[in-house]
Amino acid sequence: MVLVSFETFMQQLANGISIGSLYALIAIGYTMVYGILRLINFAHGDIFMMAAYFMIFSMVSFRLPWYVSIIIVIAFTVLLGVIIEKVAYRPLRNAPRMSIMISAIGVSFLLENLATYLFTGVPKGFPDIAFLTKAIRIGNISLTVATLLTPIITIILLYVVLFITNKTKIGMAMRASSVDFETARLMGININRVISTTFIIGSGLAAIGAVLWGSKYPSIYPLVGVMPGLKCFIAAVLGGIGNTTGAVLGGFILGMAEIMLVTFLPALTGYRDAIAFVILIVVLLVKPTGLLGEKVTDKV
Amino acid sequence: MKRKLSLLLCLLMVLASFAACAKNEESDVIKIGVFEPLTGENGGGGLQELDGIKYANKMYGEVLGKKIELVIVDNKSDKGEATTAVTRLIENDKVVAIIGSYGSGVSIAAGDIIKSAKIPTMGASCTNPMVTQGNEYYFRACFLDPFQGRVMANYALQQGAKTAAVIMQNGDDYSVGLGNFFIDAFKELTGDPNSIVDISEFQVNDSDFNGILTNIKAKNPDVIFAPSSATTAPLIIRQARALDIQSLIMGGDTWENPAVIDVAGEYAEGIVLSTFFDENDPATNEAKVFVEGYKKELGDKEPIIPAVAALGYDAYLLIRDAIERAGSTDGDAIKDALNATKDFEGVTGVINFTEEGDADKNIAVIKTVEEGRFVYIDTVEVK
Repeated sequence: MVLVSFETFMQQLANGISIGSLYALIAIGYTMVYGILRLINFAHGDIFMMAAYFMIFSMVSFRLPWYVSIIIVIAFTVLLGVIIEKVAYRPLRNAPRMSIMISAIGVSFLLENLATYLFTGVPKGFPDIAFLTKAIRIGNISLTVATLLTPIITIILLYVVLFITNKTKIGMAMRASSVDFETARLMGININRVISTTFIIGSGLAAIGAVLWGSKYPSIYPLVGVMPGLKCFIAAVLGGIGNTTGAVLGGFILGMAEIMLVTFLPALTGYRDAIAFVILIVVLLVKPTGLLGEKVTDKV
Repeated sequence: MKRKLSLLLCLLMVLASFAACAKNEESDVIKIGVFEPLTGENGGGGLQELDGIKYANKMYGEVLGKKIELVIVDNKSDKGEATTAVTRLIENDKVVAIIGSYGSGVSIAAGDIIKSAKIPTMGASCTNPMVTQGNEYYFRACFLDPFQGRVMANYALQQGAKTAAVIMQNGDDYSVGLGNFFIDAFKELTGDPNSIVDISEFQVNDSDFNGILTNIKAKNPDVIFAPSSATTAPLIIRQARALDIQSLIMGGDTWENPAVIDVAGEYAEGIVLSTFFDENDPATNEAKVFVEGYKKELGDKEPIIPAVAALGYDAYLLIRDAIERAGSTDGDAIKDALNATKDFEGVTGVINFTEEGDADKNIAVIKTVEEGRFVYIDTVEVK
């Protein structure tokens, strides 16, 4: 344990919020899919990776301005998410849950290898969105605009998602499906539409996350989604998987825990990723439903 | 019908494997394995090295009157994959010698298999001492990390540095090895055991270095030494500059990769790195010919000839030369011929091997980045 100056602490606090909000943003996608399908979408991190590549192609190869690119990237990522759902998950709707999870792992490997084949393993630079990467200084604390913006965007998107799930008709259908699939279907809910919508929202969030991530960490390679994918999965479990607010909370806690470990126990910096997994194990042992998750009795 | 079809397929596959065996026995080619990371965090550097090897094969495609065939495998920058890849080269492809790998960790991981199969192997740019240590079949064409660490520590001192921080990748033999050699040399040269103010580690595929960099900023070192892959380096550089850290940022040979400048952009200006070779200062006649020819071959692909391509080229020529002198493709004969190599004129200098099988080199090139390009600063000789 070391003492740090106030300035260092404030800088680290900013670092923690910034990385935490990125985790939170991506974790929402995980948790939504789980909430409806009871499926841990292992391909989520790779959808995120593909979104980063879409951004590179749109801005670097086609020289489109960033605001047009973001819309295109979201559109393509959503399309990818929906196609994956149609091809890899929908045919397994009635298969045991394990099959669909294995299918998700398969999709993950497929996307990683496809990206390696198409874009090679050489890291590509993420295009500079000038206003996002601009550095600002508050006293001795240095931040980029992206760092400041990410938590705000995350919170706004959280409210949008909460609004959709709680106040709209499709949201009601989503909640109904998440409680009981079969009964919801019997009540005349178009399950396929509900699931597609879930993937649209999840992939869209992954796309926005990828743009913000790329602006902060501009080295993009085919495995760039692996670590964020795992971390955000942990964040979702920590918050209570299936619970949107929980995912955001989990993301913030995880990001902050990582940075605080580095701040106060610098000798352990090399084990920063390990702390995420330690948190996962502790949560699963002590409170398997996560911080905000409700106790679910398995349907018989 | 379906059953018959699958039986037929099985039969075909069995036949095909026999056919492959038969072809192997009466082959009129000599197979040399190339063992490089083409994907994963070192994919960028591995591809550069492979290009150098391929070019050498194009220029000198024959030995003992037979054609040389390169069998290329990808070790995916992963130690586990490395052992599988080398086993495949030795057992399936029956190569007579191996070249590679970029990255010390994967080379060390494959060392034992190479040793027990007695296949002479030439590392091109794996700089960790443990690659060749206690392994009489593993040779290498480049200098070693203790030397490189000392060169960089020396350079830092010349720039007036009194304190340094080191960032290393946990579990990566290259990064940790080079980092520690730098630490030892820097302490020794400054004569001050407290001159290293911070040592931080990170893990493979990490992208966020703000935490460790904020700690380092508080200690305000003159120099940050961060041996890391070309995937990670630009992220460290960018985040350091974004945090308003003014220290000189230095790295090792892996940084001489266009991806570093590409990704770090203007933030890469002023970084310092050591490397093996400079195209503007050809050491031998072979080097002059190589620079001219390879420049044409590269075209617009890369602005300068990467040092690892030159080393890949040398590694291939060293193996070919040894096979020629051995007059056979027997593993031990090639190994003995390699040991007997005398004043071999390579692209990266005149090469002799030490008892450990390392190229006896005492010259490193120091480069920096100016206006988005790698620029030569100095050639350093340490005795």
